[in-house]
Amino acid sequence: MATLGELERTVMDLLWGTPGALTANALRDLLALATDEAVGKELAVTTVLTVLSRLEKKGLVERERETRPHRYRAITTREEHTAELMHEVLVTAPDREAVLARFIGSVSDSEAQALRKLLGS
Amino acid sequence: MFWAAHLLAGLAVVLAWPAPVVLSRAKWPARAPFTAMILWQAIALAGGLSIIGAMLVWGLDPLGDNLLEALGQLGDIAFTNQPAGTLGLLHVFALSAAGLLTAHLVFTLLLTYAKIRGQRKRHRDMLNLLSSPAVNRPRTLVINYPTPVAYCLPGGARSVTVLSDGLLNLLTAAELDAVLVHERAHLHQRHHLLLWAFAAWRAALPWLPTSQLAQKAVNELIEMLADDEALKQVREPDLARAIAIVASGSLRDPCGDYTPEDALVAVALTPGTLVGQDTGATVIRIQRLLAPQPALSVLQQAAALGTSGLLLGAPSLLLIAPWVLG
Repeated sequence: MATLGELERTVMDLLWGTPGALTANALRDLLALATDEAVGKELAVTTVLTVLSRLEKKGLVERERETRPHRYRAITTREEHTAELMHEVLVTAPDREAVLARFIGSVSDSEAQALRKLLGS
Repeated sequence: MFWAAHLLAGLAVVLAWPAPVVLSRAKWPARAPFTAMILWQAIALAGGLSIIGAMLVWGLDPLGDNLLEALGQLGDIAFTNQPAGTLGLLHVFALSAAGLLTAHLVFTLLLTYAKIRGQRKRHRDMLNLLSSPAVNRPRTLVINYPTPVAYCLPGGARSVTVLSDGLLNLLTAAELDAVLVHERAHLHQRHHLLLWAFAAWRAALPWLPTSQLAQKAVNELIEMLADDEALKQVREPDLARAIAIVASGSLRDPCGDYTPEDALVAVALTPGTLVGQDTGATVIRIQRLLAPQPALSVLQQAAALGTSGLLLGAPSLLLIAPWVLG
């Protein structure tokens, strides 16, 4: 059985790869294709709904309630999420500096410029 | 007890302002980052100990000649309703302040820990969705992002190093190894614990020069420590080039003659003329790698470590045995 984390990841990949919204049933079928057959067969629609509601709580997925059954779509693109996450990493704030250790700390503009000039680009 | 309280207060003032300012301007920490790190920890711990100790000892002064005896007396007054006698309003005020500050420091430490943990968990959740494992490199994730980025996210067994594919495109294999060994050194040397302690120290007393300067210095020192650890496995020029390329965020010309080492040596030797007045931490790191200064002599190291010991020993002694002052 795949972990919830792995399922969340696969579901998001599917939603990001689909232009429109998908029902839980459609997602279950796509998951069966995308993941190992053993995992896919065992997967119940309720599990997919659990994963979807977790993703909804995290603000990654929204539900279209006009239709029955409900259809789900990704709120923003993968690229926007990545940009947001990297922005958190790169922006220096005192209360965030202990969360992760960056290879390069904040670089002043003059410092970056000088290095860029020396690297010849 | 009276003199002990005043000495502790004096020490607290010195450690809150002049001592950290002097240390933050010193050039030698780049030559002995480990020793400098010990000294910063001693300043922070001794600073906290002497502020709290000064108020405690002063407040307890009327109750006895040493801390244990006076604390016993205080317990009697508080719990068995004995007359407060010589204990004046100001003494009670000092004792309350000592208690509140201690609680504030402990509480901030725990709160900072919870905050950091929460942010790391949220970050790890997003990485789970957005990144993929690096080929042939354990515990390394790659994220689709054009800017060169490398960092490690501590979390015990779930610690990971994250690289952007912008970084992978820019660096050679040897430079990439240097980045990974550097990031792993952060995790091995438990630098996240230092970051946590000093982030809490700053959060608790943000207006104190010592807490701001200490956090900045510690951030820079752990980078130097990780660089030094990395050099056990990689060559200096590879690490220096990796630092320069990532810091400049520049695109290396794929067919051109890349990153002349001469140019980097030049930046290392004459930082003032090239980078202007403020020599940033990144340039200092490159300087240390390409034009290393001799390490501090044994005598100088011993002096710095001795100072650290004295900073911690003196307030402890004044607290435990204030009668040594006569």
